[in-house]
Amino acid sequence: MPQILVEGLAKSYRVAERAPGLGGAVRGLFRRRWREVKALVDLSFSLEAGELLAFIGPNGAGKSTTVKILSGILRPTSGRVEVGGLVPYEDRLRHVARIGVVFGQRSQLWWDLPVLDGFDLLADIYRVPPDRYRARRDELVAMLRLEPLLAQPVRQLSLGQRMRAEFAAALLHDPEVLFLDEPTIGLDAPAKLAVREFVKRLNRERGVTVLLTTHDMHDVEALAERVIVIGQGRLLADSSLDALRAGVFAERRLWVDFTEEAPALDIPGVQVRARTGRSLELAFDPAKIPAAQLIASIAAAHAVEDIHVDEPAIEEVIARFYDLHDSSEA
Amino acid sequence: MNALRLYFRYVGASIRAQAQYPAATLLLTMGHIGATAIEILGVFALFHRFGEIKGWTFGEVALFYALINITFSLADLLTRGFDVFGTDFVRTGAFDRVLLRPRSATLQLIGHEIRLSRLGRLLQGLAVLAVATRLAPIEWDAAAVAIAVWAVTGGVALFAGILVLQATLAFWTVESLEVVNVLTYGGVQAAQYPLDIYAGWFRRVLTFGIPLACVAYYPVLAILKRPDPLGAPDWLLPLTPLAGFAFLALSFVAWRAGMARYASTGS
Repeated sequence: MPQILVEGLAKSYRVAERAPGLGGAVRGLFRRRWREVKALVDLSFSLEAGELLAFIGPNGAGKSTTVKILSGILRPTSGRVEVGGLVPYEDRLRHVARIGVVFGQRSQLWWDLPVLDGFDLLADIYRVPPDRYRARRDELVAMLRLEPLLAQPVRQLSLGQRMRAEFAAALLHDPEVLFLDEPTIGLDAPAKLAVREFVKRLNRERGVTVLLTTHDMHDVEALAERVIVIGQGRLLADSSLDALRAGVFAERRLWVDFTEEAPALDIPGVQVRARTGRSLELAFDPAKIPAAQLIASIAAAHAVEDIHVDEPAIEEVIARFYDLHDSSEA
Repeated sequence: MNALRLYFRYVGASIRAQAQYPAATLLLTMGHIGATAIEILGVFALFHRFGEIKGWTFGEVALFYALINITFSLADLLTRGFDVFGTDFVRTGAFDRVLLRPRSATLQLIGHEIRLSRLGRLLQGLAVLAVATRLAPIEWDAAAVAIAVWAVTGGVALFAGILVLQATLAFWTVESLEVVNVLTYGGVQAAQYPLDIYAGWFRRVLTFGIPLACVAYYPVLAILKRPDPLGAPDWLLPLTPLAGFAFLALSFVAWRAGMARYASTGS
């Protein structure tokens, strides 16, 4: 029995459409036009205890809706969900006692209270026995280096400090499953590293099952062995990170600034994606032509001012995923 | 008792949070004393000019005033979470956080904030109660005290019910719900005076619609041992605060429907 089981999950909302302005508002009171929005169309996957899974996809792909359904806040339109043998939205109070949730953009701590007071209150809310609470709290405080922050009101913490406190707050009741919704959003580089390091330890050392949504490919690379790509409410891929990388993620980009007008290039396996004045954006597959060889061959033939290699943006990868998906269906 | 214990932990946390801003809390409290003190002075001026209104003396009206203000201040002190539910919970998404905790949403919302500044109105209501006791023929025997406590409890339930309804509306609309203040603040104003000075339709609204008369007018008649000039039987008068609890119970039926809607729309 997997820890998380999702079968044929679908969720659609009715959104009221309203004409702009006061007249529209008044008319809206009497007669509303509804538009159906399909957040999830058909999603199935399962997760074994102790796995770490990253959910990626562009805005509006259905990531947050999935997390909300899995955490018991939302009821799906159809489909079946079980987490640890419970149906989250049928048995919400029992379910949420066994999960931890961290939203990158929402706090669960009390703004005007010292961090430690918030932890104490959470221990009461989750009915954690006092001795277990103290042991657990001390362990998390040590892992997340929270000691100097405990007496400070939450409103005085930096975002990075607050996220560390949020993680401790989500774990005081020792949940079996942890949902992380964009946990590194807005963090600076050292804070991102600290969060990733902590999540990895939690998963490896304590066997906590982690489901993570993110926009940040570096989060995925640092953490997840398994990746689910969703877009427009459907599952586009469910595979290991390596397999994904070998497929659609394989492509790299090369940006070249020349000292004069960009030349016409004709190198096998290399595609010109964009041309603006003295600059070119090239797409290439490093398995066919290594980056070093490509750079060397361009630099040998032309006067180059600047050059850098990067991966395509995640949104673009997903967009290409659609193309592949659509053409394989057609 | 576990829920009650947690509630008191919430109370403690809320007081500590407000203690972070001692000057603001104190000034707000004094503001509430000041604003309500001016009101009762207005009532006094009215009676000073006209002597009595429809056979009611200032002392008797002061009793109406004191009880409804004590009632409202307690309700306002306790139900902040429902009062700000639309603006601070639904619109900001903070309600998701409430649903992610293994405790009832109601417990978390009434634990959200204990508004200490409302103690200002409470103190002022108690002071007016002392004045009414001096001026009006009130005999504070056990029965009268019991009826007063019972009326205040029923009244707190009624105002809480109004705020639960206001919060419930927030599941359906993001519009401002200040219109509900007509029922709370306006209701307090209306219930400060004896019911028989109002027109018939308004008396029926206050008895059967938003039953403010059942937690103020009728029980005060029982405390004053006066028969109802409108003809309600004497035995019924002390029972009327039950209407406040009935109102609260119905409000929670609507609230449950709102919760179910939230679970299917998430907004």
